[in-house]
Amino acid sequence: MTAAQSAFQHRHAAHCESGVAANLMTHHGIALSEAMAFGLSSALSFAYLPFVKLTGFPLIAYRMPPKSILKGVSKELKTRFHFETFGDPAQGMRRLDELLAQGRVVGLQTSVFWLPYFPEDMRFHFNAHNLLVYGKDGDDYLISDPVAELPQRCASADLQRARFAKGALAPKGLLYYPEHIGSREIGADAIRRAIVKTVRIMLGPIPIVGVRGINMLANKVARLDTSEHSLNYVGHIVRMQEEIGTGGAGFRFLYAAFLQEAASITGIAELERLSERLNEIGDGWREFALKAARMIKGRERFDPPLLAGMLRTQAGREKEFFQALKRAVA
Amino acid sequence: MDVNEVPQEGNRTLGPHRKALYARDEQGRMVIVPSCGSEVDETVTLQAVDRMNAQAEDARQRAQAGLTAPLEYWMYARRMDVALLSQTSGIWQWRIRRHLQPHRFARLPQRVLQRYAEALSLPLDRLRTLP
Repeated sequence: MTAAQSAFQHRHAAHCESGVAANLMTHHGIALSEAMAFGLSSALSFAYLPFVKLTGFPLIAYRMPPKSILKGVSKELKTRFHFETFGDPAQGMRRLDELLAQGRVVGLQTSVFWLPYFPEDMRFHFNAHNLLVYGKDGDDYLISDPVAELPQRCASADLQRARFAKGALAPKGLLYYPEHIGSREIGADAIRRAIVKTVRIMLGPIPIVGVRGINMLANKVARLDTSEHSLNYVGHIVRMQEEIGTGGAGFRFLYAAFLQEAASITGIAELERLSERLNEIGDGWREFALKAARMIKGRERFDPPLLAGMLRTQAGREKEFFQALKRAVA
Repeated sequence: MDVNEVPQEGNRTLGPHRKALYARDEQGRMVIVPSCGSEVDETVTLQAVDRMNAQAEDARQRAQAGLTAPLEYWMYARRMDVALLSQTSGIWQWRIRRHLQPHRFARLPQRVLQRYAEALSLPLDRLRTLP
């Protein structure tokens, strides 16, 4: 391992892509927190996509699509990333070895299912996971997976399989690293722009996105019958919200952390108060998850209209919140 | 969420791992707190895992009874469905459904079996058997 690689610092993060972006930029000398990477790239969102199916259930996303954090961070920090994909797995592995030998820390897109260090029950076929490789020891790659508390190791055959998994969002061996960093400062303007963009997404006119998307999902939940399938549907919503590396409450707590940092950089004190308020809205999402889990466990009667009501309350609170956020940065 | 409200009751689907959650500390700062997981997470993850395991077990029993090919068991055991196996193997869904019929599966040529074996990361001979 080169000196640069041994200086690499692994930091535990809530979400893979913001964690990778933060750890990679920090490695290159720009102090970037996960929350700042997340907020600066306007990654917070809500989308209910009934036409994209995950194991038979609609995709419910609490953030923007994969790669938007890397793109957003690179835009605001005027950083040029080098992205490379491969048709031939062997070549993709050779190229990774080459870059590691040059002393680089390399970002990879992988499937979750084929990574052996993931807990068995968490291994699903999700292809847009991000991690960093910071060295190689014999046949093992040294891996900084931001959602893992400590650095991990992965044998080359397993890593190859994870990098070249097929299916939706297939990574095709994607690797990346920053080639040129243009700006080392996170300016107040960039932060304000990022917040305005998030407000626009959350209060936008598309019925399946933002606050309107939450209401749309509420309407769908209100129409559920009390069958096993409906219980699975509700479990799926909670899983998307709490389980898939969100930092809790569908990224709401993470964005609250960003608003706090934003307050100190921009000097807009109101953002500090709004961070508190979003923290409380996050607690509302957790109450929804708890209620749903109790119904799944059979401790409470399964009552879809009640859950739909909770979702509508959340939609209402988020609507008011993002309107206030818009005024704060205007 | 305050730091002392971060769930630590444990979640057996996480194993020894902890996940990072954001919460407010005594000074009002939002900080990362490693969480051992909550019963809520465990409930919904196990619900999904159990559903997939039940599908695999059901396929295993039907394969044993000769009603379906072992391929169906292995597909579910790898947490896939026909759509995903099709994307992974490059074999059309309607062909996969045909291949799930035991008499057709028994006649499959080596090269097709090889593609399934690769997609499922299995040695070829195991694809024809059940655990």
